[in-house]
Amino acid sequence: MDNRLEKIVKVLQEKAGAAYEEFRGEVHVFIAPGQIVDALTFLRDEHQFSLLSAMTAVDYWPKQDPRFHVIYQLTSLTQNLSLQLRVPVSGGLLKLPTATQVFQSANWREREIFDMFGIEFEGHPDPRRILMPDDWEGHPLRKDYPLGYEEPQFTFNFEEIDLRKPYAKE
Amino acid sequence: MSEYQLQEIPVGPYRHLVSERAVSGETMLLNMGPQHPSTHGVLRLLLELDGEVVVNCIPDIGFLHTGVEKNMEAKTYQKAEVMTDRLDYMNNMGNNLAYVMAVEKLVDLDVPPRAQALRVILTELQRIASHLVWLGTSGLDLAAMSMFLYCFREREIILDIFELVSGQRMMVTYFRPGGVWRDVPVEFEAAVRNFIKIFPKRIDEYEALLTKNPLWLDRMVGIGKLDAATALQHGVTGPMLRASGVNWDLRKTRPYAGYEQYDFNVPVETKGDTYARYIVRVQELRESLKIVEQALNKLPLGPVHSDNRKFVPPPRSEIGTSMEALIHHFKLWTEGFPAPKASVYSAIESPRGELGVYLEGDGGPKPYRVHWRTPSFDNLSVISKIVKGHLVADLIAILASTDIVLGDIDR
Repeated sequence: MDNRLEKIVKVLQEKAGAAYEEFRGEVHVFIAPGQIVDALTFLRDEHQFSLLSAMTAVDYWPKQDPRFHVIYQLTSLTQNLSLQLRVPVSGGLLKLPTATQVFQSANWREREIFDMFGIEFEGHPDPRRILMPDDWEGHPLRKDYPLGYEEPQFTFNFEEIDLRKPYAKE
Repeated sequence: MSEYQLQEIPVGPYRHLVSERAVSGETMLLNMGPQHPSTHGVLRLLLELDGEVVVNCIPDIGFLHTGVEKNMEAKTYQKAEVMTDRLDYMNNMGNNLAYVMAVEKLVDLDVPPRAQALRVILTELQRIASHLVWLGTSGLDLAAMSMFLYCFREREIILDIFELVSGQRMMVTYFRPGGVWRDVPVEFEAAVRNFIKIFPKRIDEYEALLTKNPLWLDRMVGIGKLDAATALQHGVTGPMLRASGVNWDLRKTRPYAGYEQYDFNVPVETKGDTYARYIVRVQELRESLKIVEQALNKLPLGPVHSDNRKFVPPPRSEIGTSMEALIHHFKLWTEGFPAPKASVYSAIESPRGELGVYLEGDGGPKPYRVHWRTPSFDNLSVISKIVKGHLVADLIAILASTDIVLGDIDR
């Protein structure tokens, strides 16, 4: 791990008790949902992480606690560093505080996460769906949401697939 | 003839995004798109207009959403690559590169130098092709019709080179995890040299037509100003960010695919207006050509893919004589290769900005989660900030200067 990054991770550990993992030179720091806005503000103001490069989520269904990880990929232009924050969100309480006051780019990204995963962001200025139509039901990128293609049926598995086929059965 | 009915757009769902005056009917809500030639794709902009002045602009995206991220989860790592071409259809080679780099990082796979150099040549040619489409269509939007014809004439040469190497003009899928599909044909070098020879003069021609053209300047200078702080707040990257004075180019700051070996400049402008974005992109045409020339001059000989048979299929000649090769070939094309239970984020500098791939494996042959951090998505999100107070005609110029690709936004 980069020396500068190590210091930042250490401070995050002290402040938020955050665990971290490293893989192929990338550092992922785990932050509790309640502390994410503080952590983002701290990184932006104290360590020049001025760009929220990416923000997305991963669904670990059928695991329920935590079911989701919300991922904040931060970039510091002046120091040329990257840091990833991961926020575990449990399946029962799908709520996170919004990060739009810290990074404006979180606005559309949070809308996308709400659209695709159904995680709500409290205090979001424009909580609408973004990619799917407004009247769409369900959240497509969840693992329990079917992909929507047709499984080919053969003689040996005709009935097995027929049972889970999503079409109206009389 | 059928009778057309004028329908009013209800304010209700957009109440929190429009001004008070829209509720009282003082300002008008107008749809621009989704079918509109100047939106560069299927984009709908909901405009709140006071006369011809834009009060608010609410982009509505998702018309081209194809669920690529979900679809990729159901395919093996090799097969999922085909979808990457279809995201940003002006940057097919770049999308391939972003994806294979993420896969290579996840499974820790080496890439031989010849493949790296070919990747650089082809992605830079792709950058030129993408900027040419942008220049041509921007010209079209601002009534410089002939630009479109000139730019597409040159773009055709590049697409011919792509066809030569991959068999496809646009949906190339040429880069593969561990290298490239197969070595370039003998005609490749002459074709690229021919392009290097003719293109600088053509850029001079474009600049002679546009750079000091008073009509072009009138439409662009001082229009759609974006300062560096706002740009970063909105996650804007690429030429748009560099036109606002931030020197940030992933090819320089975090070199990948051997970009550190080549000598090139990163054009930066400070004004942040539509004209600055034009200048940056035109300069990038020249810089990309410099990189192509250097990479072609030092194009090393050798293999074009890794010989790690766990990830790269063996050559055809080996399959007939070696049992292992046959097994590897069979396993790779039926099962695919497993990737560790971990995640990586890998980003490249696409013609539009930071194109990142978040790739998570679960130990199996299919990605558990793929997320595309696409530059157009963020670059469009800032538009509602920068068009306020401009005329509708300026909105066209600003939209053209953001160089969005809707396939890139909607994924």
